[in-house]
Amino acid sequence: MHNFEFVKPASVADAVAALGRGEAQPLSGGQTLIPSMKARLNAPEILVSLTGITEMQGVSRDGDSLTIGAATTHATVARDAASDFPGLAALAGQIGDPAVRNRGTLGGSVANNDPSACYPAAVLGTGATIVTNTREIAADDFFQGMFTTALDEGEIITGVRFPIAQASAYAKFLQPASRFALTGVFVAKYASGVRVAVTGASENGVFRWAEAEAALSAQFDAEAVAGLSVSPHEMISDLHGTPEYRAHLVRVMNQRGVRAAS
Amino acid sequence: MPKVTMKVNGRAVSAETEGRTLLSGYLREGLGLTGTHVGCDTSQCGACVVLVDGQAVKSCTAFAADLEGAEVTTIEGMANPDGSLGVIQQAFQDYHGLQCGFCTPGMVMSTAALLAENPRPSEEEVRHYLEGNICRCTGYQNIVRAVMAASGQDAGALAAE
Ligand SMILES: Cc1cc2nc3c(=O)[nH]c(=O)nc-3n(C[C@H](O)[C@H](O)[C@H](O)COP(=O)(O)OP(=O)(O)OC[C@H]3O[C@@H](n4cnc5c(N)ncnc54)[C@H](O)[C@@H]3O)c2cc1C
Ligand code: FES
Ligand code: FES
Repeated sequence: MHNFEFVKPASVADAVAALGRGEAQPLSGGQTLIPSMKARLNAPEILVSLTGITEMQGVSRDGDSLTIGAATTHATVARDAASDFPGLAALAGQIGDPAVRNRGTLGGSVANNDPSACYPAAVLGTGATIVTNTREIAADDFFQGMFTTALDEGEIITGVRFPIAQASAYAKFLQPASRFALTGVFVAKYASGVRVAVTGASENGVFRWAEAEAALSAQFDAEAVAGLSVSPHEMISDLHGTPEYRAHLVRVMNQRGVRAAS
Repeated sequence: MPKVTMKVNGRAVSAETEGRTLLSGYLREGLGLTGTHVGCDTSQCGACVVLVDGQAVKSCTAFAADLEGAEVTTIEGMANPDGSLGVIQQAFQDYHGLQCGFCTPGMVMSTAALLAENPRPSEEEVRHYLEGNICRCTGYQNIVRAVMAASGQDAGALAAE
């Protein structure tokens, strides 16, 4: 790994200032960034740790929404969101393994937008709002394809605001070697309708399945999507599964999510 | 080079680090605590797990400088004060929870984190919690028995794989 200058600011303002100093990159839990720096896929000159910023930590409820600081670990979300938003907490509790969950964070996962990551499904599947140091971005505008987001250079996510669902669940078909989702579906039911977001399947990253949303909004029952299918066109193809296999899993996982929703 | 100070196994320590010094390197090269093993160095195997402020962390996937002031427990801190094996270590020996022993420091530290959270886990909970700790030798059965024994439960009652 190339060496770098390490800085650990105590506020968002100081972090933004440090990021403006040159070839700098934010570090959150490091569970993605550190392995990629070892592989020299990333080589920042300045690394700005976000883990010492209190205002980016914690889970708090405000009426019908749950706001989670971007530097909150998966383990903390699994514990502290469990009573307010069980579907979201259960998703956080299924990420990786205990040691990954003790370091990895919401902000790091969402900023990275890995096509097989779990959190993007919850953020898009709830229609959450991504809060940064400069603006608020709707989930529908935020994810822009594999490893690509609406974030600008030097912009940091400070938190995510999730509208609390009446019922929700994340159904993950585990890829046991990587522990990511081979395909995962987040289903969330609101008074305004049902949202369905799929991760791990498409070459374009997380996406909403509009047909399933319409069917489930009319009737929130796993049978409502039994006859639907997604096209394998532009689905991920690798040694773990063909595009056709993943397209099939999208429906199966969607149905499991609806059955499990609470 | 800046110095990073931590409390490791109850002792205040300080060692020089670069920005890129990993916790695993800080422990092994900085402090000479080579009980923490680096297996994959790619965050996959769990051999390097230590406790940071009581929580299991992959020491190959955290920078020492990010953990200034932390309390760290490594395998060297798991023995009894008189030097005899601690309860978890003794259970791994009694139930043959290791063969080559390379994964064992990480297994013992993950077990310590599990039992602190859940003092009497079921077999399924043990297997689930240890998912991030990979063992090339044992086939896991005796590791699970050792953890059951370390938590004061009947290790003989496990279903055969
Ligand atoms: C063994 C293993 C298994 C895993 N399993 C899963 C899984 O099942 N599901 C899953 O979803 N993920 C999984 N992960 C990934 C894990 O969840 C990571 O923690 C996560 O993807 C990145 O979060 P982080 O906090 O570690 O971010 P980091 O690694 O610190 O950062 C990731 C990227 O985001 C940027 N960044 C970080 N924080 C911010 C911010 N606030 N604003 C803007 N940019 C930011 C960084 O610069 C970097 O580019 C796994 C990882 C490992 C090692
Ligand atoms: S050496 Fe750290 S996870 Fe393998
Ligand atoms: S005992 Fe050899 S890797 Fe586990």
